[in-house]
Amino acid sequence: MSAEIIHRLHFAFTITFHYLFPQLTMGLGLLIVALKTVALRTGNEQWDRAARFWGRIFAINFVFGVVTGIPMEFEFGTNWARFSRLSGGVIGQPLAMEGVFSFFLESAFLGLFLYGEGRISKLMHWFSAVMVFVGSWISGFFIIVTDAWMQHPVAYDRLPNGQFEVLSFWQLLLNPWGLLQYAHNMTGAVVTGSFVMAAVGAFYILEGRNESYGRIFLKVGVIAGVIASIAIIFPTGDMSGKYVAQNQPAAIAAMEGLFKSESGAGMVLMGQPNEETGEIDNPIVVNDALSFLIYGTTKAEVKGLDQIPRDQWPTALPLLFYAYHIMAGLGTWFMLLMVVAAFLLWRGKLFAARWALWALLLSFPLPYIANTAGWMTAELGRQPWLIYGLMRTSEGYSNTVSASNGLFTLLGFMGLYTLLGLLFTVLIYREIEHGPEAVHS
Amino acid sequence: MMGFVWFWLVAVMIVGYVVLDGFDLGVGVLHLFLVRTEAERRMTLASIGPVWDGNEVWLLAGGGTLYFAFPLLYASAFSGFYLPLMIVLWLLILRGVSLELRNHLNMGVWQTLLDGVFGLASLLLTIFFGAALANVLRGVPLQADGYFFLPLWTNWRPGVAPGILDWYTVIGGLVALVALTMHGALWLSLKTTGELEQRARRVVNPLWAALLCLTIASLVATIAVRPASLDNYVHYPVTFIVPVGVVASLAAVWLWNRNGQALKAFLASCAYLFFMLAGACWGLYPTLLPATTGADRDITLERAISGPHTLAVGLAWWGFGMALAVGYVVFVYGKFRGKVVLGGH
Repeated sequence: MSAEIIHRLHFAFTITFHYLFPQLTMGLGLLIVALKTVALRTGNEQWDRAARFWGRIFAINFVFGVVTGIPMEFEFGTNWARFSRLSGGVIGQPLAMEGVFSFFLESAFLGLFLYGEGRISKLMHWFSAVMVFVGSWISGFFIIVTDAWMQHPVAYDRLPNGQFEVLSFWQLLLNPWGLLQYAHNMTGAVVTGSFVMAAVGAFYILEGRNESYGRIFLKVGVIAGVIASIAIIFPTGDMSGKYVAQNQPAAIAAMEGLFKSESGAGMVLMGQPNEETGEIDNPIVVNDALSFLIYGTTKAEVKGLDQIPRDQWPTALPLLFYAYHIMAGLGTWFMLLMVVAAFLLWRGKLFAARWALWALLLSFPLPYIANTAGWMTAELGRQPWLIYGLMRTSEGYSNTVSASNGLFTLLGFMGLYTLLGLLFTVLIYREIEHGPEAVHS
Repeated sequence: MMGFVWFWLVAVMIVGYVVLDGFDLGVGVLHLFLVRTEAERRMTLASIGPVWDGNEVWLLAGGGTLYFAFPLLYASAFSGFYLPLMIVLWLLILRGVSLELRNHLNMGVWQTLLDGVFGLASLLLTIFFGAALANVLRGVPLQADGYFFLPLWTNWRPGVAPGILDWYTVIGGLVALVALTMHGALWLSLKTTGELEQRARRVVNPLWAALLCLTIASLVATIAVRPASLDNYVHYPVTFIVPVGVVASLAAVWLWNRNGQALKAFLASCAYLFFMLAGACWGLYPTLLPATTGADRDITLERAISGPHTLAVGLAWWGFGMALAVGYVVFVYGKFRGKVVLGGH
């Protein structure tokens, strides 16, 4: 087995599992601020209790996010040593900034938020919630900056020994790729947070307990959800797609399954890319739609894979195609569902519409899948490059760490993370069972 | 000049990590032995509850700083210490999760199990960290391309082809275990009340005696294993102030703990950790990772330092960011100062 594949899987597996947690904390962070703000302004104790309930869920997620996040920083060195040696001067900066600017802030105020209620004033407690939210969003920003530089390297120079150097702090942070990706990604986190909150609300109402809280959760979840579910497609998704099309033509061609360049390119809604024949098997196509989405006119030519040298095609073509289509398909579902739910909420009919509550409840896993598929799209689309156009993935992994050493620790992580997943489920289940009224020690 | 600055900035981050996460690791070890009742256990855990993950941030921030300031060192050391680092990661995961779970699963067997995992993971981590530092001081078999890969152990002797564990690094592990356990005991005597406070104070004594012996053993062993560690001290005799500081702070721990001045004793223990680490760094400088395969293969400051633009950019935000970070730390410790008060949170 090739060491390259193992090291890729190692990082892919651990980062995918890790990101299940921060996507919720980043989304929930914002929603908890909303709950605390209402509580502060109205003095309504119920909203405070609702915030405390979600604070407990947040805290569990936060810890799982922290412990699964530490391996990510290590793996740059352990599994991707040759990459780190050359790019550490750039990549290491946003990673260090994440620790310095975000984690200190986040951990300090989370401690205050969870343990300080009663010791600090109501206003200070609200402020802690805001700072926890800000901290988690700053953290997301620096990770996106790191990834954006690998997707779209800017503000760099090369030293005689091959190392990359940062030339400008601001250009690194304000990489246009990163800003678009950040907007899209954070909206994705809000989608996850709002679906989870709405699903718990729907669950309580369907079960007929904690109903007053169920209504609060649904209200906040659906309002945030409808905004985020629209914004995830337009403008953030749309702009990201156009930017990828300009800067990574191979990625967009593979995502869309466009083997041959076409003017008036159609959009494949479904199908299976066949690398052998260079065609899409069993396609369902909307004529001209792709040209329109990328260039705003139905006649524009879209570059297909045929114009790209074979050794620069993304290496996992069908997987990339599926990941992208799953993300886009689910995104469409989110918007439809949330628009309907928001309409029902506005008409005052949501809490009695059991079918809509069931749909909201059953949909909560889907944003996790969509966020994961979105990241797979971004990272598989970048292949075969580790740093786009500059360094191939095959040149970056640690070649002193053999394939089976890598496999050993990968299996170790898989076992450990299975256990963590089970424990996490038990903990969250218990919190939801106890509900917002529970008195906790 | 930039090399000098960044070497010591990274050193400061490491000291920050050891001093802060050190006491909660020590508390983790101690609660296996020291705690008798459920109330005491809750008091013990509450004393680190609001701060432990902030303490762990120093590891990440320090790691990140090391990464961009010395990418060659980061790449070489992390891939070379692959297996032990993965074990460290698993231990950090188990420790964090068991501590968190414990607050939620209020059931007998679960709690015993989780307490055990938390304590054992803390204990192993202190040993791993000590052994890791000792590995760096001893040196590793660097190849010409700057990489290496270490087995967990070979013949237990430091030499050209050592393992992660040999008699020298085991001493390092024990120094860390005892030093941090004592550090944790001093924290507990500062933060807790009643019988637990008394027991924590008393347990410092045997730990202190063991630490004194181990400290001396480790100083002698370091000079024996890598005589070059003394060069800087001989060159700048004024820096012998560092080992003097080690001894003085250790003496101060004893005195203040005996007199029941818990805060001063804890701070003296912080000073001890500071002097030990500063002494080790000064013994290495300007080498970052010595090669057992010949000094020409050493990873030196000059070889590993990032380019000038990178460091200039880094310096621009680092000072500001760390000033903020220190502000939060002071703020949080200020908010939770004084003895732990139990009650619903």
